[in-house]
Amino acid sequence: MTALEVDAVWKYYGDYPALRDVRLTVAPGSTVALLGRNGAGKTTLLRILAGLSKPSQGKVKVYGADTRDEATRRRIGVLGHGISLYDELSAIENLMIFGRLYGLPDPARRAEEMLERTGLDRVRDGLVREFSRGMRQRLAVARVFLHDPELLLLDEPFTALDDRAITVLQSLLAGMHQRGRTIVMSTHQLREALELATHVALIQRGQIAYAGERTAEMAADTGWLYRTYGGNG
Amino acid sequence: MTLLRQTLTIAGKDLRSELRTKEALNASLAFSVVIFLLFSFAFDPGNLNLDINEFSGGLLWLAFAFAAALSLNRSFARELQNDCLDALVASPATPGVLFLGKALANFTLLLAVEMISLAVFSVMYDVRIRPQFGSLLLVILMTTWAMTVIGTAFSALTVNLRMRELMLPILTYPFLIPPLMAAILLTTDLLAGMPIGGDNAIWVRVLVAFDVIFSLLAVVFIDIVLVG
Repeated sequence: MTALEVDAVWKYYGDYPALRDVRLTVAPGSTVALLGRNGAGKTTLLRILAGLSKPSQGKVKVYGADTRDEATRRRIGVLGHGISLYDELSAIENLMIFGRLYGLPDPARRAEEMLERTGLDRVRDGLVREFSRGMRQRLAVARVFLHDPELLLLDEPFTALDDRAITVLQSLLAGMHQRGRTIVMSTHQLREALELATHVALIQRGQIAYAGERTAEMAADTGWLYRTYGGNG
Repeated sequence: MTLLRQTLTIAGKDLRSELRTKEALNASLAFSVVIFLLFSFAFDPGNLNLDINEFSGGLLWLAFAFAAALSLNRSFARELQNDCLDALVASPATPGVLFLGKALANFTLLLAVEMISLAVFSVMYDVRIRPQFGSLLLVILMTTWAMTVIGTAFSALTVNLRMRELMLPILTYPFLIPPLMAAILLTTDLLAGMPIGGDNAIWVRVLVAFDVIFSLLAVVFIDIVLVG
């Protein structure tokens, strides 16, 4: 069974096709770097994969099931552009809320564990609004990994992260990859992405211009993919 | 059991956030007290020829409905900060559960505002609420749920609109005409010492039917509102 199957997906915003006949298959255990220039359709595609938006046409299956199925959503972790945390609540309260929503057997224990792994255990009771930007980002990472998702969807995960948060995220992603989890991340940080990626999908004006294994040429020369498949836009 | 736990988690989160900021609570409470104060200038409750019971229902529910709009506006707008709505929609909690959790929190907050406002109203206008308090509480509970269901649903619908503060009352009030009409008539009767039964029982049925129908509709259609 594939981890992710995108079949002839179109997405229109009014008359504008943000995605055009996107077809993509992701095998379990892959780490896919979803590359493309601004406005190419990466975020739109990730939102559809996450079940946050419905495609205008076509189908998306996650482990063979609809993305909006309750059981499927338990298997997905999503990190979007925002940190998706409540400023008026403490770090532990934020994680506990999501732990309960995901039906974790012991949300308190798991929340404490994730706070420790992200280096936030000493500020567990601090309100998020009092956190520095880096701390907020690390807490957002803790939230995404809280329920140990089988499929991780990350939209520009390295953007605006401080060095410590990047290290935490890379370590967690490496751990996920070792345990056979599937990761799809859109990014402009080609070097970080290609270090982690096993596969690459290049999206160009709403269409997949390239999808396949990450090659040695890509890792050695981050501009190669854009020059070869990227066209002009 | 899972659905109940998720509903209570959402409701608890909203209540905890609101109790820390008190944004909606303070605004709606202050607003309803100001309305009572302004109307007291207009009607002069000290005038012996004026029977306050004749318009007490209308006055009370006017204040409650305006206060509700202020409070309900914050319901889904609270989720815009840091893109929290995305995390909720992506979670295993169904949109129906998200709606019910938010509605439960809104209902609790509104009820608290209404109870305090009712006490202020009773003192300010010298209206005796104790004799029919049980029936009055029933009317308040049913009408508050009606306002909560409609307000929460439209709060979700308008959350991404630039002028949502304006749009929410414009969309909500026309839908609230039947329950508000029922509540005004029942409250006026109750404060005048007339119990529920006979002629006014029809309005209780209107409230029950409205609550049941619109709660079901909201739970069924909220998925379209939140995910599209």
